[in-house]
Amino acid sequence: MDALRACVGEVSVSEFRGATRVVVPAATVHDALELLKEKHGFDLLIDVTCVDYLNYPDAKDRFGLVYLLVGTDTNLRLTVRAFVNDPDPTVRSVVDLWEGANWLEREVWDMFGIKFAGHPDLRRILMPHEFTVFPLRKDYPLQGMGERHNFPVLTRGES
Amino acid sequence: MAVADLMDQVATTKLDELVSWCRKNSLWPMPFATACCGIELMATGASRHDIARFGSEVFRFSPRQCDLMIVAGRVVMKMLPVLQRIWQQMPEPKWCISMGACASTGGVFDTYCVVQGIDRFIPVDMYVPGCPPRPEQLIQAVVDLQAKIQREGTIFGREFAVASRQQTKRALQEV
Repeated sequence: MDALRACVGEVSVSEFRGATRVVVPAATVHDALELLKEKHGFDLLIDVTCVDYLNYPDAKDRFGLVYLLVGTDTNLRLTVRAFVNDPDPTVRSVVDLWEGANWLEREVWDMFGIKFAGHPDLRRILMPHEFTVFPLRKDYPLQGMGERHNFPVLTRGES
Repeated sequence: MAVADLMDQVATTKLDELVSWCRKNSLWPMPFATACCGIELMATGASRHDIARFGSEVFRFSPRQCDLMIVAGRVVMKMLPVLQRIWQQMPEPKWCISMGACASTGGVFDTYCVVQGIDRFIPVDMYVPGCPPRPEQLIQAVVDLQAKIQREGTIFGREFAVASRQQTKRALQEV
């Protein structure tokens, strides 16, 4: 932790039921993950995902990114968090550290609209390409804004 | 040969009924299985329930060789254009069974991406309730569809024109 603090500055550490969580500044996520991977043996990226804290009690930031790391030699697990905000939520991509982050970051972009600077191919991965909004944001209604009804009707006469 | 002898060997019927009788007993299903209903659909085709007893065992995975589309499972908005394309590729006359709650109404998946009933966008002849329906229910739907084809079928598909008008009317109402 001291090494991490020296590398990226302000770091807060918490522990819950044996799981360690580290919050780093969004600007230094890439540096922190690189340090953890190269120097501290956290060589496996399990998941990249995100939480939208809109209307959440006591939340200061809008989006909380989650990086789940595992050290395959030490069998240690670590959660790295970083918070980003509107209007332009951006973090540096970690595809250069883990190739597998490619699709994970595309999913976060698709669902939350968080940009990953330096991502080689930041396209939507689940939703259709003509989709214009980010459906897992809390300000997007659960039943959508009419996208599911926006199709031509095939009748017996036309088909 | 007297006319009385002929009566044993000749049956008279209407051409529409004869054609419908041929069609109803050789339905070739196109399995459009996207979810757990697809498992029941497979069970329906397998030996225990054996849809072959009702003359529709030949599941074809090419839409051009089918005349009965069984939509089994939820259809999401990304899949719907595929569903419509496959429906358009099937030769006429063709029918559609909407199998299960999700295909018929969206089921519990009332979310932004799940189509709330395929009958909004393609014509449907039979709805099978259930989550998922038992194979017996699907077989009953096939039997009912056969009865419907026998009852309404015409050689040139005039009944489809009527259904088309009804569907257009309903689509306009929903808008």
